[in-house]
Amino acid sequence: MGSTVFDYAPAPESPSIVDIAPSYGLFIDGEMVDPTDGTRFKTVNPATEEVLSEVVAAGTEDVDRAVAAARRAYETTWSRLPARDRGKYLYRIARLIQERSRELAVLESIDNGKPIKESRDVDLPLVAAHFFYYAGWADKLGYAGFGPDPRPLGVAAQVIPWNFPLLMLAWKIAPALACGNTVVLKPAETTPLTALAFADICRQADLPPGVVNIVTGAGETGRALVEHPGVDKVAFTGSTEVGRQIARSVAGTRKKLTLELGGKAANIVFDDAPLDQAVEGIVNGIFFNQGHVCCAGSRLLVQESILDDLLGHLKRRLGTLRLGDPLDKNTDIGAINSPEQLARIRELSDVGEAEGAERWSPPCELPDRGFWFPPTVFTGVSQAHRIAREEIFGPVLSVLTFRTPAEALEKANNTPYGLSAGVWTEKGSRILWAAQRLRAGVVWANTFNRFDPTSPFGGYKESGYGREGGRHGLEAYLDV
Amino acid sequence: MTATATTPFADVTASTATLRRFLHGLPGVDQVGVEARAAGLATRSIKTTAKQFALDLAVRMIDLTTLEGQDTPGKVRALCAKGRHPDPADPTCPPVAAICIYGDLVPVAVEALAGSGIHVAAVATAFPSGRAPLDVKLADTRAAVDAGADEIDMVIDRGAFLAGRYVDVHDEIVATKAACGDAHLKVILETGELATYDNVRRASWLAMLAGADVIKTSTGKVSPAATLPVTLVMLEAVRDFRAQTGRQVGVKAAGGIRAAKDAIRYLVVVNETCGDDWLDPDFFRFGASSLLNDLLMQRRKLATGHYAGPDYFTLD
Repeated sequence: MGSTVFDYAPAPESPSIVDIAPSYGLFIDGEMVDPTDGTRFKTVNPATEEVLSEVVAAGTEDVDRAVAAARRAYETTWSRLPARDRGKYLYRIARLIQERSRELAVLESIDNGKPIKESRDVDLPLVAAHFFYYAGWADKLGYAGFGPDPRPLGVAAQVIPWNFPLLMLAWKIAPALACGNTVVLKPAETTPLTALAFADICRQADLPPGVVNIVTGAGETGRALVEHPGVDKVAFTGSTEVGRQIARSVAGTRKKLTLELGGKAANIVFDDAPLDQAVEGIVNGIFFNQGHVCCAGSRLLVQESILDDLLGHLKRRLGTLRLGDPLDKNTDIGAINSPEQLARIRELSDVGEAEGAERWSPPCELPDRGFWFPPTVFTGVSQAHRIAREEIFGPVLSVLTFRTPAEALEKANNTPYGLSAGVWTEKGSRILWAAQRLRAGVVWANTFNRFDPTSPFGGYKESGYGREGGRHGLEAYLDV
Repeated sequence: MTATATTPFADVTASTATLRRFLHGLPGVDQVGVEARAAGLATRSIKTTAKQFALDLAVRMIDLTTLEGQDTPGKVRALCAKGRHPDPADPTCPPVAAICIYGDLVPVAVEALAGSGIHVAAVATAFPSGRAPLDVKLADTRAAVDAGADEIDMVIDRGAFLAGRYVDVHDEIVATKAACGDAHLKVILETGELATYDNVRRASWLAMLAGADVIKTSTGKVSPAATLPVTLVMLEAVRDFRAQTGRQVGVKAAGGIRAAKDAIRYLVVVNETCGDDWLDPDFFRFGASSLLNDLLMQRRKLATGHYAGPDYFTLD
């Protein structure tokens, strides 16, 4: 892969900055505590399969304690605190995240498998920005358009995925706290470490005990948490399948629910697109974070007249992607997060081949240990193929073609999902035309996978409901 | 060679209308996207053996330049000596690619560089503004070539380009190329005056269609001079031009590149845009003067583990 003349020497970020304990408890009521009825399981580095630490799969009693602590903190301190003091704590957390950003970035890459380049340059700056942004809202909620004095909901149960562990934590915790709620958060079972590091940041920030509680565990723990009667609000980011179960379980209760689920985004390239930048956008759309992105541009819709030209450029570009050690600063593609996810990517890729699509990967050596999948492109894909309909959640791009703008939009919208979409054209009027018609929560024009705390994010259709980020993100945590 | 190599586009240059249609039919360049790509490549971390390779290559790619009204034969001789042995204390240090000077000083440089293999590059065609009648520009070029320059750095007529008179720009390059004879022609686009990346891409293609051996960012007299995104756009152009015509054109980034770190970033962009074939002093150059000493300082640091003070490196 890459150049034979100019061969980049390894440039690894040192892991010595992180201090991973051999085992962790649960963060309840401001303290790390041992589980009451929880068991322990191991978390591994997906790039090496090395065991990193042992964490708790919290049981129902543990969840009970966490929800009770959150309730107590809500009633006695957090909801009574002047709003500007809530903001003060959030600013403090944001600054601590910035101060510890290198440590958190390295820890995220070790636990998740994503390249340090991304955790350092994308995840961590966005995490801090999110806390800064919602810190600013804390004492200005009366101006957010929800009445003069909107009230918080109470205790929020939050369940987050493994693809952006700390960033999803920030998306959940920052607005909840800014609005005056307390939270019990469950990180994904394969990526609990940065959430536990965040618990330490809460302590450093002197956050009142019980305002943030973190219970680790897998699906059972998550179910116990969202079904807990002491919870007023449930926020979930993850698969559509689990989202459906949660929606069923909270139906008929007082709980408010927001869901951010799967996607199968169309990235539409018109014949007048800026070609080289479109290629970058396609790469960023599907190979960013190994394709473990709910809003990934996994369906490339190319105007048929430029297909060959575009594919030529795309394949040449994929030849320069560097796959390997996530801690190497020059790595573009890291490890797949878990063996389960790797199996799913393999299965759907095999289905793609069996259905007659043409599979291509650049020459690419995979490391011997760990979970890896090469960047893969399927051409000759049609809407009837499973790889054009189902979310693969991996570095696999399905390429489809269209003839007219109307056909592009029809195909783009022909999916049960509706989280995001991309439009590539030099024609401004066409961007506006397409954006009005795309049934997707986010439409990127001549870019892809750009995030900002001021911008709301969320889905249409089976990609979920509710918005995170921006002024809209406050609504999910206010009694409006 | 030029005429046959660019045959696929022979009818493109036939008239103003066809040339305009062709240049405006090239895919656009999205400013935000190209700047983001360049910034992304600038985060590559080049260490140890890779850094050693890059520093040496950068030295070998330098057109060591002096283009001042106050240039004298003494100054040029000193620069030539520096170009031969950039680091007198280190015999493993390679020489630079060329010495770049005004045309009247070419005889001095030719004499000083005899037998060294270092090229003599002269700026011509009423450098840097290019505002002179064509016959004056061509006479300027011929004089430099006759005096022994084997590389000519010409400027395009930016006024004509911005006014849309593409054929005039094209024909002037063709005429200059003819005046060059065997000398290599570098065509300076002066990207700081072209202002948009779309213009940079069009001017790059225009120069290549007219027979440029190398396309060059800037004169160094206009700010901004070379930037990473501008160079990226030009590299994409030479890459696409070779794919379509088979002819490989070089790129020269000139002006404003002073730190070794920046030079390495340019080499990363060359590497990941065009690949191995352009990682060669025949196909990529830096037009620079103060860059050389920083490269030497970083070379020495890599070899000895510590920085030597600026007085350990020569000033010319």
